Order: sequence, then C-alpha cells, then structure tokens
Amino acid sequence: MVPLSWYIVLSALVFSIGIIGFLIRRNIIIMLMCIELMLNAVNISFAAFAHYMQDMRGQIMVFFVIAVAASEAVIGLALVIALFRNKPTVNIDEINIMKG
Amino acid sequence: MEDYLLIPLLPLLAFIVNILFGRKYIRDKAYLISCTAVIGSFIVSVAILFDVIGGKTINEDLYTWVVSGNFRVSVGFLIDQLTAVMLIVVTGVGSIIHIYSIGYMHGDKGYYRFFAYLSLFTFSMLMLVMANNFLLLYFGWEAVGLCSYLLIGFWFEKKSASDAGKKAFITCRFGDFGFAIGVILIFLTFGTLHYVPVFNKAEGFATQTVNILGLEVGLITLIAMLLFAGAVGKSAQIPLHVWLPDAMEGPTPVSALIHAATMVTAGVFMVARCSPLFNLSEVAMHVVAITGATTAVFAATIAIVQNDIKRIIAYSTISHLGLMFLACGVGAYGAGVFHLYTHAFFKALLFLCAGSVIHALHHNDIQRMGGLKKYMPITYITFFIAALSAAGIPGLAGFFSKDEILWYAYASDNPAGKFVWVLGTVVAFLTPFYLFRMIFLTFHSKFRGTHEEERNLHESPRVMTIPLILLALGAVASGWVGIPKLLGGGAHFINFLKPVLGYPEAHGTHVEEWVIMCISTVIAISGVGLAGVMYLIKTDIPMRVAKKLSSLYRILFNKYYVDELYSLIIVRPAIWIADRVIEGFTDAKIIEGMVNGVPRSIGAFGERLRKIQTGLLHHYAIIMALGFLIIALMLWF
Repeated sequence: MVPLSWYIVLSALVFSIGIIGFLIRRNIIIMLMCIELMLNAVNISFAAFAHYMQDMRGQIMVFFVIAVAASEAVIGLALVIALFRNKPTVNIDEINIMKG
Repeated sequence: MEDYLLIPLLPLLAFIVNILFGRKYIRDKAYLISCTAVIGSFIVSVAILFDVIGGKTINEDLYTWVVSGNFRVSVGFLIDQLTAVMLIVVTGVGSIIHIYSIGYMHGDKGYYRFFAYLSLFTFSMLMLVMANNFLLLYFGWEAVGLCSYLLIGFWFEKKSASDAGKKAFITCRFGDFGFAIGVILIFLTFGTLHYVPVFNKAEGFATQTVNILGLEVGLITLIAMLLFAGAVGKSAQIPLHVWLPDAMEGPTPVSALIHAATMVTAGVFMVARCSPLFNLSEVAMHVVAITGATTAVFAATIAIVQNDIKRIIAYSTISHLGLMFLACGVGAYGAGVFHLYTHAFFKALLFLCAGSVIHALHHNDIQRMGGLKKYMPITYITFFIAALSAAGIPGLAGFFSKDEILWYAYASDNPAGKFVWVLGTVVAFLTPFYLFRMIFLTFHSKFRGTHEEERNLHESPRVMTIPLILLALGAVASGWVGIPKLLGGGAHFINFLKPVLGYPEAHGTHVEEWVIMCISTVIAISGVGLAGVMYLIKTDIPMRVAKKLSSLYRILFNKYYVDELYSLIIVRPAIWIADRVIEGFTDAKIIEGMVNGVPRSIGAFGERLRKIQTGLLHHYAIIMALGFLIIALMLWF
C-alpha cells in the first residue's frame, strides 16, 4: 500500500515542474502544456485524498478538472493558431503589443 | 380675472409675441402689436382712474409667490390714487411715444426688437407702480433697469452706445445694492414686505435705534436712507447722476419714455410711496431735500454750456428730478408727484422734438444747427411750448407744479426749507435760460451746417408730428388739474393724492404765497429774456463771457469733472484689480491652476501607472504566482 504522502509529494513535484516551466519557458505551446501539468498535479492529489478518505466527491472534482482542462486546451490552442496566423512565431516575448 | 390685470398683461403679451415671432414673421409690423397693447392698457388705466376717483381702491393678493418659514410674499396689486396717477403717466405718455416711434424707428433693422423691449419696459414699469409689496416693487425696479440697459445699448454696434448701457446698469447697481439691503431690513424689522402692514407698524419703531460702527442710527432713518440710495441711482441724483447723460446714446423715443417721463421718476414714486417711513425720519427728509436741491442746481449749471441737444435735455431731466426730490424732502409729496406728472408731458415733448430735429439733421450738435424754424414749423412750435412749460411760464403745466414745489419748500417748517427754496429759485432761473439758449441756437438765426444738410432739411412725417401736438396739449393743459386755491383753482391734484401722501403743510400767508409766485415768474421770464439777449441780439456775448470766465466755463463744460473723478477713483482701480488681481492672479494662478492641475496630475500618475502593463505574459505570470504565494503564506501564518 502506497502511503498518501507519496502521492502528495508527486503532486507537488508535478505542480512545481508545471509552474516553473510556465514561468521560465518562452514557447507558448510548452506553456500550455505546463498548465496541463499543473491541473493534473491537482488531479493526483484529489484522487489520492478521495481514495484515502473514502469520499467520492474528490473523484467528481477530478472529472470537472478534466473537463475544464480539455476546454482550456481547445481554446488555448485555437488562440495560439489565431495568433500564429498574424505573427509567425511561438515565442511569447515577441507577442508584446498589448502594453500600456 | 380682475380687469386691472390687463394693464400689465397686455404689454407683456406684446413683448412675448414680438420677441418670439418678430424677426421671422412680424418684422416691420411689430408696432401694431406693441401700440395696440399699450393703448389698450391706457384705456383700462383711464377706467381704473375713474374707479379710484369714485373712491374704489384695490389692494389684493392674487398669488402666493414665495413662502419660506415666516417669509411670505405674494404677487399682489395696490391700486390707489398714487398708482392711478402713475398708470396714466406711464400708459398715456407711453402710448404717444410708441406711436412716435413708428416713424422715428422706421427702417431700422432692429425694429421688432425695439418694440419688444419697449413693451417689456412698459410691463415692468407697470408692475413697479402697481405692486403692493416691496419684493414686487423690487422686481419691477430691476426689470426697468434691465430694459433701460437693453434700450440704451439698442444700437450695440456702436461702442459708445454699448458702453453707455453698461455704465447705466453698473451705476444703478450701486444704488440698488442699498435698496436691496433696505428691503431686507424692512423684512427683518417688520416681518412682512407688504406696504400696508409695514406702514401701519412703522410708527412703533420710530424711536428704535441700531448701532453701526459705534454710531447710533435710527432704524427707520437707516431703512429710509437705504431705500433712498436706490432712488438716487434710478433717478440719477448726485452722486449717481453720471449715467443719465450718457444714456442719450439710445434712440430718442427711449430717452423720452424711459429717461425722462417714466423710469427715472421711479425713485420719486418710491419715495412718495414710502412717505410713511420717510415722514418718521427727520434726517432722511433733510437728506432727500438737500440731495434733490443740490442736484437740481448742479445739473442746471452743466446744462447751460452743453452743445449736444439731447444732453442738455438730459441734464434738465436730472435737474427736474432734483426738484421732485426737493418737494418730497420738505414733505410736499403731492407737489413732487404733481411735478412728476407735468414733467412727463413737457420733458417727453422736449425729447421728441429733439428727436424730430435729429431725424432731419442726423447729428446732435446745436452749434451746427440754427434757423430750423422755417423748415420744421410744427417741431418748432411744439418745442417752444414745451420749453415755456418747463420754464414755468404762468398758465402752462410746468408753472403750476414748480410753483407748488417752491411754495411748499418756502413755507414748510423744515429748517432746510428756506435754503432749498433758494436753490429751487436758482433752478427756476437757470431752466428757462438753458432751454431757450437751446431753442435760439437750434431754430433761430441762420443755418450753420453744410449746404447739403440744408437741402435735406424737412419736417418729420405726420406719425411723428401728431404725437408732438398731443404732448404739446398735455404740456399746456396737464397742469390745470392742480391750479392752486390762490389762483381760483381747487388744487384738485394734491387733494386727490391726499389719502396716500397726506396734505403738505404750509406755514405762510397768502401774501407770501403771492410773493413767491411772483418771484418765480419774474425769474423765469428774465431767464428767457437773458437767453434772448445773449443768443439772439448780442450774439458775441456768450463768447466773451466764456473767455472771461474761462476756468468756470471749462469746469461746467466738463461737467465738474465728475466722470474723470469716478474714472480715477473707481473705474480705473476696478479695472486694475480686474486685470492684475482677478485675471492675473486669482484666475490664472488659483482657478486655472486648480482646473488644469487636477487633470494634469491625474495624467502624470496614469503615465507612470501604465508602465506596469508591459505586454509580456511572463511578467503577469510571475506577479500572479507571487501574489498567490503571498496569500498562501498569509493564510499559513
């Protein structure tokens, strides 16, 4: 039996990889993937807690997060494509005209 | 609806119609509306006069105008003997002048505007005389001031005319300031602004005093003096007389109606209306009498040397208004109002005749006139009658009223009475002198203008000469209603006004009355005679006198330098303050500093703030992450 703390450590590691990747990478596709990582890190902890506490509400939450993540991926990629048509780059630093 | 309401409402209606539809639709038919309205008012006024003679006076509130705490003012009308006389003067003389204006203003591009203002003026003046409380009086008072401003500056393209309008308005403001405070003080003292309760309660306050800067002043005296300040401004008495001669920049019918017959007499009317207050204050009465007498002499001396035909008559008006105040100041309100009434006829006539002359010549300078009597016989004859009447030649209107004033001044128990009588007699000598100087220079001897002007000389059209003839009848006959008992008359006029103004007290014998009358008659005739000698027979005398007394001549010619004095002590400092302090400091630094400073600092702040909007996604992400971290740490600890 794998103890709960391992899942939490895994979840924290994946989340940290996601957030650090989001902050330091410049490629917009990779940034989107990092967001997916963060969401799934949260899913891991939801599922683990649901199992250990014998409460199905955690798993229901996981499905919600998966649904949101799917929509987010669709909209995010659509935006990337739309952006790419205007400016052929995926480097986020070059997409900076929305400034004050 | 009460029928007397038609009197002010008809001119108001004419004003509204003319001002709204005049420019596009009515244009040169504007006179029809205004003249019909004022003649309608006149007819109703005559009916009201007969009602009043029959003993029916009206004092009723029609509408509650202002209610605030215990401050209650209504729109209400008081029609008594004094109001009835004023109604006849305003609408009667007003009608004639309206008709005259049809011809005089013909072809002016502001024709409809002229008649609209004239109607508005008539309405305001009627409200002034019909009011039954001080606030409505004040409304009329300010409204006639506004109309005066509009009509003086009627030819506003001309700088001198618009300046004169401003001068009149601002000068009157000085007096009206006092008047307004007087009205407020009346409310504070009596708790009401309606005439009847105020006058009834006034006696009870006669001994009350107030402390102003350590000086004990009678309360009633203070109120009376403040009200009189308003009268000084409106009726052009010293020291606020300076606006009236300049007001001659307006069209001549305006000078006749507003600046001779009606508006300028509002001050006299108001003093007469408030006679119960003035009677309680000896000091105020002295001030009124002495201001009036001094102004009368002062203005008459200036009139002697002026060359502008309208300005001579304007100074004459100031002088006659002074006589009216003189009469009020010695308690002879009836005589003052009597002179107001006869003066309206002969002075309006003088102005309209001058207008007829100007209409033919297109300038005002009597030195460039002369010999006009053969070209303009009707104008000449009517002018002559008006001057005789104003001069106080026995039998004509001006004689009876002026004689009453001089007699009551002499015979009053007022200690200043004899003094003001002397001044009044001096005026009685100067008036015929300057009027006949003007007539002899204008109508007699040879024409002194250019040949071209001479070829264009013509008598005015009938629409102008008929009003002259009507007014000439008034100038002759209007005084006959007040022939004194001494000459076999009944002094009906003063008796008629007795219920409102009281009967003037006279302490003198019949012999004295005869003597006074003879003195003023002899003096009037000698004034005419002297003018005749100087300007008809030995025409080199005026030049020699002017040279010999050159400094005196210069002082008189420059109107005692009053305008220059005011310019030095009031106008120029005021303009300096306006330019340097108000515009240069308050306006430019404080107000503009605030108005521009607030948006400028907001803009500068925004300029800095927008820098954090970098457009770089990472910056937003880092700030979001940091923010989240801070919240998490805060929750933890």
